[in-house]
Amino acid sequence: MSEINPIVIFFAAIFTNNMILSNFLGMCSFIAVSSEIKTSLSLGQAVTFVLTFTTLLNWMVYHWLLVPLGLEYLRFIIFIIVIAAFTQLVEMIIDRYFQSLYYALGIFLPLITVNCAILGVSLFMVIRDYTLLQSMAFGVGSGLGWTLAIVTLAGIKQKIKNNPLPKGLEGAGITLIITGIMALAFIGFSGIVQIQ
Amino acid sequence: MNEIIISVLSVSGISGALALLLSIANKTIGNYGEMTLIINDEKEYKVDGGSSLLSTLVDEEIFIPSACGGKGSCGYCKVEVLEGGGQFLPTEAGYVTPAEQKKGIRLACQCKVKENIKIKIPEELFNVRQYDYKVDMLKLLTPTIMHVGLTLPEENEINFKPGQYIQILTPVYKENDEEVYRAYSVASNPVDKHKVELFLGYMQDGKCSTYIHKYLKEGDKLTVVGPFGDFHYHESDREIVMAAIGTGMAPIMSILKHMVEIKSERKATFYFGARTGEDLFMMDELREIEAKLPNFTFMPCLSRPRPEDNWTGEKGRVTDLIEKYITDASNMEAYLCGSPVMIDGVVDLLRQKKMAEEHIYYDKFE
Repeated sequence: MSEINPIVIFFAAIFTNNMILSNFLGMCSFIAVSSEIKTSLSLGQAVTFVLTFTTLLNWMVYHWLLVPLGLEYLRFIIFIIVIAAFTQLVEMIIDRYFQSLYYALGIFLPLITVNCAILGVSLFMVIRDYTLLQSMAFGVGSGLGWTLAIVTLAGIKQKIKNNPLPKGLEGAGITLIITGIMALAFIGFSGIVQIQ
Repeated sequence: MNEIIISVLSVSGISGALALLLSIANKTIGNYGEMTLIINDEKEYKVDGGSSLLSTLVDEEIFIPSACGGKGSCGYCKVEVLEGGGQFLPTEAGYVTPAEQKKGIRLACQCKVKENIKIKIPEELFNVRQYDYKVDMLKLLTPTIMHVGLTLPEENEINFKPGQYIQILTPVYKENDEEVYRAYSVASNPVDKHKVELFLGYMQDGKCSTYIHKYLKEGDKLTVVGPFGDFHYHESDREIVMAAIGTGMAPIMSILKHMVEIKSERKATFYFGARTGEDLFMMDELREIEAKLPNFTFMPCLSRPRPEDNWTGEKGRVTDLIEKYITDASNMEAYLCGSPVMIDGVVDLLRQKKMAEEHIYYDKFE
């Protein structure tokens, strides 16, 4: 078991090991829901919420059930089931109690189910052999990192909204280029801390 | 062996526990309780909240036209929501124009009943019913047009106006992997409330027409919703011009049977266009109607008669006939049925002949 301080993991997940900008996970909603700062912030919150709790749940399921039974190889299917069920639950709750957030997120809320960043975090947590506390820090951090990336992208996209672009680069094209440049910028953080 | 059992058990155990959790959540969080649905300020229903307006209405046996079955891809199920219904959703934006949006028009399949809701729908939709009809006649009238006769179960009835249409729910079959609704005009007499007759043209790759022409057999069941449509007979003493091509004859046939029924003495002419003699159908029936109605003339025309048709009647298209026989249409009304091209042509022509816009009724078959 690695001996890294959870706080270090928390910050590393936001800056040096950002899910989007260094692992390129969770790209589909990242590209699709990044046209407005407000909606991307709410999606970021939803992702952070789901990430925190699925990481926690998956850690417990993995260490308290799969490992004792020697069923580690089932982790993919089990993690996905847990994530899917949890997202469904979150959707029901948001639908009932946070109407405006529900309308703002629309179809992307159920799509969190297949957001690869979420499965990614659960798998990294296993590979890197994190403790419960470390995993929680990693989950929250990754969620905040994901939020940071999508909100930044939405901000940049809003800035260049009225700028003329070459025809072939409109839409997803320029978004990927912006993401690439953002990733380059985030490389500047690398080497500060090492978490794997 | 042990490992297999343990892994199966643990996967099912976890899935089961989560399913249990979700069903509890659905019963508690997802349960919106009983809501009040008020339609047109008069009818009040107690409904279970949480599902879409469309399916809530179907539960109350009110059928809003919908071709896609609630997937939000046809845009037919528009209703006016006066109160409740929540925010306008991005999934509706493709079908509801900003002007309609201001009036409160929503897609019933997207709008969820989460609070007490007040809506407005056309009065005649209360009359719409969905029943399983029995197919008791399938007869080819021309190489491409099938005469379909359907019978309702004894205890039910359909009340339609002559000229209206019904929708057939096409089931899933070998060449079709989703249920679709397709609209067809009724050709039978509205007096008979247990029977529906249709003229069903075969379309290459048409999901419903292929099913009817190739798969359906006499004695089968067919699900039909209806009646729909604002194309129907209007009582007045204006002279009537009717024009149709192909299966467009169906609603006109229904109107004519209705006129026979009420012993109408209105002056009326039916211009029917076909390509060759092979495409003519129901000729004997129409001649019979002509004999029964004192002031009705039936005028078929062929655009490309073949030598073997021995055609002595009118040649050309329906527009040619209207051009030839009608000089002043200012005191007439028209019932037109057929392809959009034909209808646009006839409407233009009738306008030139001074027919008032509000007296031209048409049903475009698309």
